[in-house]
Amino acid sequence: MSRPAALAVEKLGKEYRLGAGGHGARAGKSLYETLGGWLGRREKAPASTLIWALRDVDFTVREGEVVGVVGRNGAGKSTLLKILSRITLPTEGRALVRGNLSSLLEVGTGFHPELTGRENIFLNGTILGMRRREIERKFDEIVAFSEVERFLETPVKRYSSGMYVRLAFAVAAHLDADVLLIDEVLAVGDLAFQRKCLGKMESVATSGRTVLFVSHNLGAVRSLCGRVLLFEGGRLDFDGPTEEALERYEAGAATAGETLPRARFVGPLAGEVRFETFELHQTGRTVGVVDPGVPVEIEVVGESAEEYRAIDIAIGIFRDGHRLFSCHDGPTGRPLAAGRFRSRFRLESGTLRPGRYTIGFGATRPGTGEWTWSPEAGAIEVLERWVDGLDARDTGPISVPYRGERLPPGGSGA
Amino acid sequence: MDRDRVPVSQALLSATGTDAPPWQEQVGPNRRKRRAVSSDRSRPDLHERLTVVEPRRGFRRLDLRELWAYRELLFMFASRDARVRYKQTVLGVAWAVLRPLLGMAIFTVVFGRLAKLPSEGAPYAVFVFAGLLPWTFFSTVLTAGAESLVGSQGLISKIYFPRLLVPLSQLGVPLLDLGIGIVLMFALALAHGVALTSGLLLLPALVLLLTLSTLGPLVLLSALTVSFRDFRHVTPFLLQLWMYATPVVFPASMVPDRLRPLIYLNPAAGPVEAFRAAVLDRPVDWGGVALSFGVALIALIGATIYFARVEDRFADIV
Repeated sequence: MSRPAALAVEKLGKEYRLGAGGHGARAGKSLYETLGGWLGRREKAPASTLIWALRDVDFTVREGEVVGVVGRNGAGKSTLLKILSRITLPTEGRALVRGNLSSLLEVGTGFHPELTGRENIFLNGTILGMRRREIERKFDEIVAFSEVERFLETPVKRYSSGMYVRLAFAVAAHLDADVLLIDEVLAVGDLAFQRKCLGKMESVATSGRTVLFVSHNLGAVRSLCGRVLLFEGGRLDFDGPTEEALERYEAGAATAGETLPRARFVGPLAGEVRFETFELHQTGRTVGVVDPGVPVEIEVVGESAEEYRAIDIAIGIFRDGHRLFSCHDGPTGRPLAAGRFRSRFRLESGTLRPGRYTIGFGATRPGTGEWTWSPEAGAIEVLERWVDGLDARDTGPISVPYRGERLPPGGSGA
Repeated sequence: MDRDRVPVSQALLSATGTDAPPWQEQVGPNRRKRRAVSSDRSRPDLHERLTVVEPRRGFRRLDLRELWAYRELLFMFASRDARVRYKQTVLGVAWAVLRPLLGMAIFTVVFGRLAKLPSEGAPYAVFVFAGLLPWTFFSTVLTAGAESLVGSQGLISKIYFPRLLVPLSQLGVPLLDLGIGIVLMFALALAHGVALTSGLLLLPALVLLLTLSTLGPLVLLSALTVSFRDFRHVTPFLLQLWMYATPVVFPASMVPDRLRPLIYLNPAAGPVEAFRAAVLDRPVDWGGVALSFGVALIALIGATIYFARVEDRFADIV
């Protein structure tokens, strides 16, 4: 703790106005509406359209520290990075940054599809804050890292998506800054390149630079960060050692049979359509842990305060913060009576692969824009059992039903 | 955390080496300069720079030092647009020559032959071309500039740089086109038997005058389009009207003396008239040009104030 601070955040807060009204959100409004507003004809914006994306956040990062920033979607992580990188200003409080700060909120920022790889290295590098001479000096290194030497004079629109992100990451990875803000950039390229990125991140992390690392990839956070800031609903919920923070984060989700956390549901219908719990059924029995070898039925139980002419109930399956797929309970637009409701979703055997998933629940009224949703309310554990038909190789986060066949040679294919 | 907070910020602040809270004087939010050599650890002074990010209220000055520090990015934006401009077109750079020629041909037929507008004794084709060149620059910059910030929302919401660079970079391609157009004009003048005179030596200064006069409307329109999307529809219409209010197809001398100052309340009028006077070797109406430039400067000051006022919200609203 004797090292000096590189970054200090004090009582930081950011308020957004959503929807109509308020001069903070005049975008997309027509001149007529604003003139109407000046003439006193504008409707008052209801207070509920003011949302604190971030509030009362205090923390200090010392020089050379690598700190993970973890939290659900909408917890305030991205807002924090946007304020620190000066893309947007805070509503209250302040942030102090010592030295040179660079942010990587997305790889390939400013890439132009018509320009060649070479031209884009210079364009992107300059946008990220490098000097021309600096880019020239690092040019060969960047090209070597990106593995696209042969395509330097090709417009990047002809690149495969893999080549594109490799080049983009390569430029970003060669930024020199005292403080680096990184958001989700590790999730690029194929597995081999991801490992390479992770290696590069590790060398950055150990090179004495200060890094703030936002990720849903808890594995990467675990291996890179010594300390984690856990955000929840715009507030800093926990600030401490990585293991403790990640345990807290994962423990927040309910497992089968438990009551779903109320506070995680958002949207205009959040109070009207409530999700209470979910159950897992396999071969006619209620289970707590999923066996990947047999089909599983996910049954969600909730209560509706009102009767609706049309409402859809849906679930979403997530892994490491990414939505893998969603399911609806049958044809869209069917009525929902007031009182308790149950919806069931059947997944074929092997769809969920061994490991841990999070499950989100939601309800939407088609055509009205009214909804409620919680992306990560529950957790599902799938047994490590490699049954027939389940490929034990790392083939992706889920398996889908498909049929592969090899066609006889010489056929026309018609 | 609270235990840490006070001493840490003091440590951060005292690192700048002054006793008084230094951010009030030298390190405002926009005062952050970029380093030339960022890995140079032998320059500890560069490492002691402190950036304070905090809410900003009230009047703000244009930060010219920061703009200067970002000049490489400005040129990069402009050169990107120049490189991309004629890609995937069949005729390519030939368009830079064809567009002004086609415009000139249409105006010569409509206003020279049919409407028989006066041209102060010069061939109408040369007369209108000399007016169209600066006007086309003005209107192209404004058309592209009005859309520029909205069109760059991807960048604006992902990375920090002075937002003013986006509209300013729209000057690059039209400047290139203007250069090509001037060469073309020499050829056209010679073909029509108009002598090239010493008046042409004024052209570089007039290009500068034209560029400066374009800045105000450019900056204003780009910011207005972010606040009010209506300007996407208003701008083309506005520019059409604006052309007929500018002495492009007619000479300013056609306007009665009494009303002539009104013509010069238009920031585009001075440069266009002066440009043509220089080409046709007529005396320049310096009074009118000065009035026009004065209006342009006032517009620029107003525009930068408005721009700075809405700049901080761009990332939230585009």
